[in-house]
Amino acid sequence: MPRAQLARIVALAVLASGLATATAVAQPPVGIVRPDPDKAARMSPLQLGAQLFAGNCSTCHGGSGFGIAPAEGRRGVGDVAGAGPPLRGVGALAADFYLRTGYMPLGKPSEQPQRSRTLLHDNEIKALTAYVASLGKGPPIPSVHPAQGDLGRGRELFTEHCAGCHQVMAQGGVVTGARVPPLQNATPTQVAEAVRIGPYLMPSFSKHQISDAELQDIVRYVQWTKSPSDRGGWGISNLGPFPEGLVTWFIAAVVLVGTCVLIGKRVRS
Amino acid sequence: MMLRRVVAMFDERSGASPFVVKTLRYLFPDHWSFLLGEVALYSFLVLVGTGTYLALFFDPSLAHVTYQGVYGPLRGAEMSQAYKSAIDISFAYKGGLLIRQTHHWAADVFVAAIVMHVMRVFFTGAFRKPRELTWVVGMLILVTTLLEGYVGYSMVDDLLSGMGLAIGYGVALSLPVIGGNLALGLWGSPYPGDHTFESRMFIAHVFIFPVIIGLLLGLHLTLVAARHHAQFRRMRRQTNQRLVGVPTFPGQAPRSLGLLFAVAAVLFLLGGLVQINPIWQWGPYEVALGTNGAQPDWYLGWLIGALRLMPGFDVTIGDYTLVPNPFWGGVLFPTIVIGLMLVWPWVERRITGDRRVHNLLDRPRDAPVRTAFGAAFLLWVVLVFFAGSADRLYVFLRISYTSMTWIYRVATFALPLAVFFVVLTICRELQRSDALEADREAAEEEGERALRAASPQPLTPGTERATAERP
Ligand code: HEC
Ligand code: HEC
Repeated sequence: MPRAQLARIVALAVLASGLATATAVAQPPVGIVRPDPDKAARMSPLQLGAQLFAGNCSTCHGGSGFGIAPAEGRRGVGDVAGAGPPLRGVGALAADFYLRTGYMPLGKPSEQPQRSRTLLHDNEIKALTAYVASLGKGPPIPSVHPAQGDLGRGRELFTEHCAGCHQVMAQGGVVTGARVPPLQNATPTQVAEAVRIGPYLMPSFSKHQISDAELQDIVRYVQWTKSPSDRGGWGISNLGPFPEGLVTWFIAAVVLVGTCVLIGKRVRS
Repeated sequence: MMLRRVVAMFDERSGASPFVVKTLRYLFPDHWSFLLGEVALYSFLVLVGTGTYLALFFDPSLAHVTYQGVYGPLRGAEMSQAYKSAIDISFAYKGGLLIRQTHHWAADVFVAAIVMHVMRVFFTGAFRKPRELTWVVGMLILVTTLLEGYVGYSMVDDLLSGMGLAIGYGVALSLPVIGGNLALGLWGSPYPGDHTFESRMFIAHVFIFPVIIGLLLGLHLTLVAARHHAQFRRMRRQTNQRLVGVPTFPGQAPRSLGLLFAVAAVLFLLGGLVQINPIWQWGPYEVALGTNGAQPDWYLGWLIGALRLMPGFDVTIGDYTLVPNPFWGGVLFPTIVIGLMLVWPWVERRITGDRRVHNLLDRPRDAPVRTAFGAAFLLWVVLVFFAGSADRLYVFLRISYTSMTWIYRVATFALPLAVFFVVLTICRELQRSDALEADREAAEEEGERALRAASPQPLTPGTERATAERP
């Protein structure tokens, strides 16, 4: 059966290349430099945070979070001046967001931070967050209660402020210079943090633009998009015409052509 | 007895029996690919049926209302009456969502079936004399269908339709000289237009375009019947003059009816099980709103692809923009594509100098240049089509968007050219091996015949060639 064999080889090749790209994409940015475990156990969180910061962050963010100025005239990623922006005053809010999303530590300063599996342990994240928060007065980690938000208002606010980049069902998209991530993996806290920070090319929204109550509505809506009411049946990823076209050609057309072939056979009397 | 009397009664009053007999005796050649056109026809029937139901409830009005219906996440939202009535069809009326979704799937499948049917007709040379008019009418059906579909999902006034109309307005505006007046004339006032535009779309969608499509379809089928089907030559008996096939009854009619049920079943199953255009998730449209990754329905994807691929430049004279950018992708590209297809029968006549009547179909290999051109042309349009969804690929696979655009810009020219020559070579090779095979068979036959005839006598020199290698 050379044809079946061929099909199997092709399928394998496709699978292999798919896996290769998948792993290439999922590769964590860098390894983590840690103090040795015995010493670490005896440190206070702030001390541990300082150690971790010196080992993993200071190359870009400077020795004590002052940031690192760029080579003459060049601006870093996200139009940040320098390899890494100053962290004084960004507060626990920003540190928590960037560390728990796996955005930091960044691999290359010229790259868009991407959600990835974070290599830091929970206690290390807490320590680093405490350390960054101690660098200057800044906002704390927000507390959000999505259940108290208003879904309808959240939908309106999201459409107004976010859908132009994140797609109306929070499935992500493209803007000039950045990949806009889908929000299916963002926790309620991270959504609230992102809105205040404006990571990378995303604008930050002040409390004038989006109040805390409105933010809660938005968070509720983003949570809802993770399992929206697909009243029409199989939701085909809530992207609209793109997957609908795939279904048309790869399901409907295939089935109907198959039907034609079946019943179009020569009628023998 | 009773039946006979009734039939006679009708016949006496209509004189229809010769016509009916002729219809029942009409011959359909056997080949599955001849059924693709029927799939399109039956999708159209489903469209008309479901569309009639929807038209009973859809309210083409841009009057502002506050939604207080059954769907929670939209309660309290400001919207147009048109959008609200579409939401109500989905949630408040019996079977409304099923019918709405089936209608939309039927539209998607209708165009897909037309495209496959056109491909069959093209690659078998069925458009040649005496069927050029059938081909032209078919192309007009396709164009009208694209407009019909566009207007259909645009009049719902959800976020996606609003964005689609904004692009349509830009394209209309981009027509040199007449664009401004045309756009104003259609929309009633500058974008988003006034309330008359909504009712215009409605009348176009439920009356003007369907009637045009229906009439063209009637003409198309009449032309097909008038010249009869073309056929593949699979038996000696099938010649340019003699058609071999099954009669309408009892051969083709049950088969065709079966196909109708199959098409309806697939469409209603999709409508019931797979969500399409969930307008309640997109929300109502307002001019300032937009969403990332907005796309038209698939059958207009090639236009979005062209709009995105086209490098941004306008033709200007001083301060006056003669040809704004959307013209290239939105007007020129489809005009070239459709125009080329319309005139192809005559182009081919010019190239081949073949003016004979063709009732026998080609296999794709029998006309290498046509097949190669068709494959290249198809690939060209398909590549432009895929370019329209490059943004999704970027989100899923993280292939850089700008580099993709440039890859597509090169690929849309390079790949079709390459495919042209590859397909040409393949067809010619197949032809050669066909000829070889035919030669061998003829020689073997001849040899055997000679062997049989000559067994008592010594071999004659004439038969030595074919029998020499036989043991
Ligand atoms: C100008 C486009 C833009 C707008 C408007 C925008 N975002 Fe973003 N958003 C981005 C980009 C780009 C990123 C990726 C940041 C990065 O990679 O560092 C992002 C990241 C995020 C993330 C992190 C997602 C993850 O899993 O990595 C969240 C949450 C988020 N945005 C929420 C929002 C919300 C809520 C709004 C509306 C209030 C909004 N965004 C508006 C562009 C935008
Ligand atoms: C390769 C260079 C690099 C390394 C290493 C790095 N960062 Fe960053 N960091 C950046 C850049 C560039 C940005 C700006 C990203 C953006 O705009 O989204 C940033 C942004 C941040 C922010 C947000 C600042 C703001 O203005 O809100 C925080 C917090 C942060 N980094 C913390 C850390 C921590 C903690 C570490 C170590 C675990 C770390 N970074 C390692 C380059 C780096």
